[in-house]
Amino acid sequence: MRGSPAYTPYHPRWHRRKVSTYWWLERWAYLRFVLRELSSVFVAWLVVLTLLQLRALGRGPEAWADFQVWLKSPLLVALNVVSFLFVVFHAVTWVNLTPRALAVRVGGRRIPDWLIAGFNYAAWAAASAFVTWVVVGG
Amino acid sequence: MADTITLEVARYNPESDAEPRFQSYQVPFRKDWVVLDALNYIKDKLDGSLTFRWSCRMGICGSCGMTVNGEPKLTCATFLSGCLPGPVRVEPLQNFPVVRDLVIEMSDFLVKLSQVRPWIMREREKPVWEGEYRQTPEALDAYKQYSMCINCLLCYAACPVYALDPSFAGPAAIALAQRYNLDSRDQGSEERMDILSQHDGIWACTFVGECSVVCPKNVDPAGAIQRYKVAATTEWFKSFLAPWGSR
Repeated sequence: MRGSPAYTPYHPRWHRRKVSTYWWLERWAYLRFVLRELSSVFVAWLVVLTLLQLRALGRGPEAWADFQVWLKSPLLVALNVVSFLFVVFHAVTWVNLTPRALAVRVGGRRIPDWLIAGFNYAAWAAASAFVTWVVVGG
Repeated sequence: MADTITLEVARYNPESDAEPRFQSYQVPFRKDWVVLDALNYIKDKLDGSLTFRWSCRMGICGSCGMTVNGEPKLTCATFLSGCLPGPVRVEPLQNFPVVRDLVIEMSDFLVKLSQVRPWIMREREKPVWEGEYRQTPEALDAYKQYSMCINCLLCYAACPVYALDPSFAGPAAIALAQRYNLDSRDQGSEERMDILSQHDGIWACTFVGECSVVCPKNVDPAGAIQRYKVAATTEWFKSFLAPWGSR
């Protein structure tokens, strides 16, 4: 087409919109998604914290006492509060999404979404209750 | 109530424009008008050069998908009364090259769609005299939701994965593959699994879930992809634990 750089072979020039680096700020759903992805960092942190805790436990009473003091430092308390919120967010969104991935059929009828999510919440509550019993009462 | 409403319509002429621009039009406000009616009013009465796709104006053909006030919408199903007081900003669907004004280039989707073999595949075709392939209402129910897809591409416009990585097969193509996988008459799921279990298939999906939010036919492509992942994982474990099995 007249050798114009504005044309590609067989087609007039198309306009291609560039994806902004900040695409995840364009919609609340995208931001929520990115926060959910970010939550895995905090999940990993809590795993590391548990490993550190086990190490302190293995090193004897003195190391354990030091660890307790370290845990109570304001920076760590703040980090753990934030981590806890992210982990709850991660867990709630995870449970709410499970019915989308699981289409369970019993007797030819599909189990309703709320029942699948409800079962997950119940399992979560039971696990939390067990852990609470072990930590507080056991 | 106002008797007119303003439409800000994206215009792009590949022969003269380097970038799309917006043009404003005043159209009559009628409470039974949808955005597509307003675009047709512009085309008929104000500016015949405005270019857009439409056909059935009743949510069946899937050709009038556009971005209305930032959201991917079927313009035949988006009432002006829901956009008050205006202006209503109409742009082409995102994540696709724009050919002109509101018309996008959709070959990419059509190629991907044919790659997932969206038809009933049989290992051996029955001769006609053996009769039809029969199906119970329950078997129909297993895939009916996914068969409602009208290829309107709103799901691709809402998908950030497709925006960032256009090699991703995308929500509608995978949902339509699943529509045939779940069809009791079909025997092609293994072949489709080989295509879609690759990186650009189901595993590229990060489950943002917006495809299902914008879908005008409640197809739930995000759900289809996650179920596909579960099926692919199960298949992998089966082949890992029992490699001597049928597959």
